Amino acid sequence: MDAAVNLMEYQGKELFRSLGIPTTPRGEIATSAAEAQTDAANYGVPVMVKAQVLTGGRGKAGGVKYCRDADEARARAEEILGLDISGHTVEKVLIEPASEIAEEYYLSVLQDRSSKGYKVIASVEGGVEIEEVNRTRPEKVIKEDIDPTVGLDVDRARGILTQAGFPDDAIEQAADLLVRLYEGFVASDATLFEVNPLVKTTEGRVIALDSKVSIDPSALFRHADLAALGEGVVGDPLEVRAKEQGLQYVKLDGDVGVLGNGAGLVMATLDVVSQAGGQPANFLDVGGGADADKMRASLALVLSDDDVRSVLINIFGGITRCDEVANGMLLALDQLGDIPQKLVVRLDGTNAAQGQQILDDADNPSIITAESMVSAAGRAVELASQA
Amino acid sequence: MSILIDSNTRVLVQGIGNQGTFHAKRNADYGTTIVAGVHPKRGGEIWEELDRPIYSSASEAVEHEDVNTSMILVPAPFAKDAIMEAFDAGIELIVCLTEGIPVHDMALVYNTFYPRAADGSFTKKGRPVLIGPNCPGVISPGKANVGFIPEESTRPGTVGLVSRSGTLTYQLMHELNEAGVGISTCVGIGGDPIIGSDFLDIIPRFADDPDTEAIVFVGEIGGTEEQRVGRWIHEHIPDTPVAAYVAGFTAPPGKQMGHAGAIVKEGGDGGETAADKKEALTELGIAVGMNPSETAQLIIQRLG
Repeated sequence: MDAAVNLMEYQGKELFRSLGIPTTPRGEIATSAAEAQTDAANYGVPVMVKAQVLTGGRGKAGGVKYCRDADEARARAEEILGLDISGHTVEKVLIEPASEIAEEYYLSVLQDRSSKGYKVIASVEGGVEIEEVNRTRPEKVIKEDIDPTVGLDVDRARGILTQAGFPDDAIEQAADLLVRLYEGFVASDATLFEVNPLVKTTEGRVIALDSKVSIDPSALFRHADLAALGEGVVGDPLEVRAKEQGLQYVKLDGDVGVLGNGAGLVMATLDVVSQAGGQPANFLDVGGGADADKMRASLALVLSDDDVRSVLINIFGGITRCDEVANGMLLALDQLGDIPQKLVVRLDGTNAAQGQQILDDADNPSIITAESMVSAAGRAVELASQA
Repeated sequence: MSILIDSNTRVLVQGIGNQGTFHAKRNADYGTTIVAGVHPKRGGEIWEELDRPIYSSASEAVEHEDVNTSMILVPAPFAKDAIMEAFDAGIELIVCLTEGIPVHDMALVYNTFYPRAADGSFTKKGRPVLIGPNCPGVISPGKANVGFIPEESTRPGTVGLVSRSGTLTYQLMHELNEAGVGISTCVGIGGDPIIGSDFLDIIPRFADDPDTEAIVFVGEIGGTEEQRVGRWIHEHIPDTPVAAYVAGFTAPPGKQMGHAGAIVKEGGDGGETAADKKEALTELGIAVGMNPSETAQLIIQRLG
């Protein structure tokens, strides 16, 4: 349910460059085979054609190819564009001069909730099998906690990399890169900076050949440049619309629309819907302190899903006030006109009595009130199966 | 008794806008002692709705007033500074309700509050208690309420309740209340990746509280903290009635970027789904409900 801003490889590398983290020479983005050919021809050297999608396993899916010349780049781009990689359609490819690789390593810095700070992970066995290496030979994958009040200096970085078995001819460059990676990670309010693989080229340079970057969505207020990169996300159209409206929405497979306040309560609501024999159509958390307008937008969103046959609205007021919720519901119904679905509403907590009164006074035939979460779920499931 | 807050609690409120004032007023009407408010530009004025003084900083407030608790509701971009201000003023209990604080800010706050010992563990002893952020607060029914928790949903009693989720906490309190069962203290610890107090900072306090006879804890999918809680309970308080609920039996799987998350999870604590956690807790002899109602019933049965 998190809405982290994930950067595509080319965006992550652009960020790396601005942070002084050594990476590949700047490439070009192509959205057609012809463009890919032109870009490759301009470089005049062998290039990589790399699918730009926000998912792993690109290489295994055939989304990353080495090309000796422009004609080959055209042919490979033709194959890669439009490819489906774990449900993500490739709409653009990165064309960049190919690096000659001598060795592949793994390096990352991440936010880690169990260590209440950051972790650095380093291994000399980089590449797509890194998780397998970690399972079978965990001693090959070094994990070190970093105290945010202390940070990471080059001596500590060198120590971590020595422990991971980095070769002498790579360690100074890699330690410098790791310090920059760590500092950039902190400066960008990132939750993940992952370089897999980190490579030593045949010329002996250590560079980031790939980038995986996730930014903390709560910190975007101080990173306008990074926030802009997260826009134009692809995905379920309703999820995109929800994101634009600042709502936490996830589309699910069933027919009972679910709307509540607080992620925990909404998850519990999904649980009781399935325990009542139904299937939730979505997860929607209106958040804390939702006002009438947010409530209206949320309900309109849930109802615009054609699969929804009934809606369960489960509100336990704390910071959210039930009278605001009731007003928002009526506002939404006013705007939407006649709707075929019934809304089963359960209100408790702050100003619940006032909210209930507002709904009683409105006497809207689409609204059915329920006493408890379990009885509301039962009623909503029943209505969905009859609809 | 109760834990963390009681009738001796004296609250400073940092963040006295509409929300802060609305909830501080509710807390005061419940009988909680609200001592003063803090606003950087309104020091020296009177906080009219509460009829209390306003100071321009937490340090200034503690110079003039007897305060042992701070309730923070300032907007997220300023929350780190507000928490550190309360820390620097030496306030013992800091309850931060603010939602949406950047994780890097909380990483710095946590490591400043609780410095790492040589063995990597965090020093909690003799340090102030931080609850939250992104939490509903703490209530000891009949004594004090610091935060958003709707007090009409509960009554004084002997069940200690601790939860990550705000609204789910209310739901549990409400279910218990309907059955006539009250609460010694309810603590909403918050759902953010880095929170000041985890389950294992709260549950031992309940274990030591003579007026808490039973414990309910409400977890969520993600992380493996619930399993550690289960082991602690199994080892230290096997005879105390405990019930748990882990929300999200039907939650969609989250999406994961990169390999790093998977690598650090190889810790042997077991899975992160609700079903995994239920299984692990059940094996440790802890009753786990499939929904809030069932969980309330489980603890009521155990109370006899």
